[in-house]
Amino acid sequence: MLAASEPPPGSASCSGCHSTAATSSIPPLHGRDAGEIARAMAGFRDGSLPATVMNRIAKGFTDEESRAIAAWLAAQK
Amino acid sequence: MGQRLRISRRDFVRAGAAVAAATTFPLPAFAQSSPRVVVIGGGFGGASCARSLKQIEPKLQVMLVEQSKTFIACPFSNNVIAGLRAIEKQQFGYDKVATAGVTVATQAATAVDATKRTVGLADGTSLAYDRLVLSPGVDLRFDALQGYDEAAAQKMPHAWKAGEQTLLLQRQLEAMDDGGLVVIAAPANPYRCPPGPYERASLIAYYLKTRKPRSKLLILDAKDAFSKQRLFQNAWKELYPGMVEWVSLSQGGKVNAVDAATNTLITDFGNHTAQVANVIPPQRAGRIAEIAGAADKTGWCAIDPVTFESKGAPNVHVIGDACIAGGMPKSAFSANAQAKACAQAVVTLLSGGSPASPKLINTCYSLAAPDYGISVAGVYAPKNGLLADVEGAGGVSPLDVPRDFRAREAEYAQSWFATITAEVFG
Repeated sequence: MLAASEPPPGSASCSGCHSTAATSSIPPLHGRDAGEIARAMAGFRDGSLPATVMNRIAKGFTDEESRAIAAWLAAQK
Repeated sequence: MGQRLRISRRDFVRAGAAVAAATTFPLPAFAQSSPRVVVIGGGFGGASCARSLKQIEPKLQVMLVEQSKTFIACPFSNNVIAGLRAIEKQQFGYDKVATAGVTVATQAATAVDATKRTVGLADGTSLAYDRLVLSPGVDLRFDALQGYDEAAAQKMPHAWKAGEQTLLLQRQLEAMDDGGLVVIAAPANPYRCPPGPYERASLIAYYLKTRKPRSKLLILDAKDAFSKQRLFQNAWKELYPGMVEWVSLSQGGKVNAVDAATNTLITDFGNHTAQVANVIPPQRAGRIAEIAGAADKTGWCAIDPVTFESKGAPNVHVIGDACIAGGMPKSAFSANAQAKACAQAVVTLLSGGSPASPKLINTCYSLAAPDYGISVAGVYAPKNGLLADVEGAGGVSPLDVPRDFRAREAEYAQSWFATITAEVFG
C-alpha cells in the first residue's frame, strides 16, 4: 500500500548506496525494522553514533522525515 | 522475514501521515489507458529513470532510446587508466532494463518536436510521447580550446567519456618512460564529475610511484579551487611527496591552447610539453538537449527543481549532468537520485496530480589511492527555483582521521559502485 503511494521525500536516494544484497559492506535497509533505522538516523544526526558519511547526510533530515523514510524502507521488499 | 517487515503502529501512522500530506491523488488514474514516456540516454540517469517509471507505474509505456548497446561507466574509470581495473568491469548491457518492461531502442535520437511531442530516431522512426525525459549527459566542446578538436583528442586524450579514450590514456601512460611529465588540463566549472580530475591525478600518481617513480604530474587548472581540495592536497603530500603539482588559475594554470603535434599545452605564463597530456575540455549538455530547445545560452538545461521539467521546453524533463541542478554536482549518484525523483514527478503529473517537493542526496567517493577513499555528500531541496543545499548537512570527509577511516571509505566506494550499477543495469 505504501509502495503504491508517493514515497516520502528523500527515500528514493537511499538505494544509491544501500543495496538489498547482504554481501555489500554498506548495510541493507529494505525490509529492516523502521525503529532501528530511525534510531540510527537520530544517532548519526546528534553524533552519538560514529559514521563516515551518514552523519553528514542525516543532518539534512528532521526526525519526522527520518521516521517517514524509515517506515517506507521497512515496508519495501 | 515476517519479523523484519513488521512496522510498529506508531511508525506506520507517522509514515502514513507523511505520505498523505505529500500526495494529492489516491492512486494513479490516467485519463488515457497507458501514457507514453520516452527517455533519451541510457546512463545512470536515463536507464534508472526508465526503470523507475515502470516500477512506479507498470501501466506506462516506457521507451529508452540509447545508441550504444553497451554502457561504459565513468566512475572507477580512473582505476582503468592507472592499470588497476579492467575496462570490462565498467561495461553494462540493457538486457535487464528490457526485462523490467522498458522498450529499449538502440538508436540515436536526432530530433525532438516539443509541440507535436515526437522524437525522431536516426532510422527515420518517429516516437510519440506524453512526457519526454532527457538524460543525454555531456558533450565535450571541441570549439572551446584552441587546437583541441576531435583529431587532437586522439593524441591528447580527454578520457572524459569512458571507453576507447580511457584505454588510450592508459596505453600512453604504460608506454611512457620513467622520468616523463604527465599533464592534466582541468576545466572551469561546471563540468561532469567535479573531483574527477583530482582523483585521476591521484591514481596516475599511484601508478607512477609504483612503476615510474622519477616521473612528475602537473595539473594545469582553469580554476582557483576544486572539490575535496584539502583532502586531495593532503593525500598528495602524504602519498606522493614531490610528485604532484597543482597550478591554479591565478598561478597561470589556465590552458588557452594546445598543440597536439608537439603535445604542448599553452598558458599565459608559458608552454608545457608533456610526455602524456590529458586534456579535459569544457563541456555542455548533450546535443539532443539543444535540439529539444531545453538548453539555454550556457549550454546547460534550466529545470523546475520539483519536477525536473525544462524551463525551455514543456513536457520535457532533464536530469543528470545535462541539467542545472543548483547545488547538486554532476555525478552518477546525483543523476540516479534525480532519475528516481523525476520518475515519481512524471507519474504524478501524468495522473493529474501535483508532485510533492522532493529531497535528494548526493554522495561522491574519490580514491586518492586504491585503499584511500574520501567523500563529499550533500542533501538538497527546492529553494528559490533551484535545488539548494539543505543547511547544516553535507560536506567532505574529515581532515584528520586515521588511515583505516580512509580504507573504509575506499571500501564503501567499491560497494557504492556495485550497488548503483546493480540498481540501474542489474
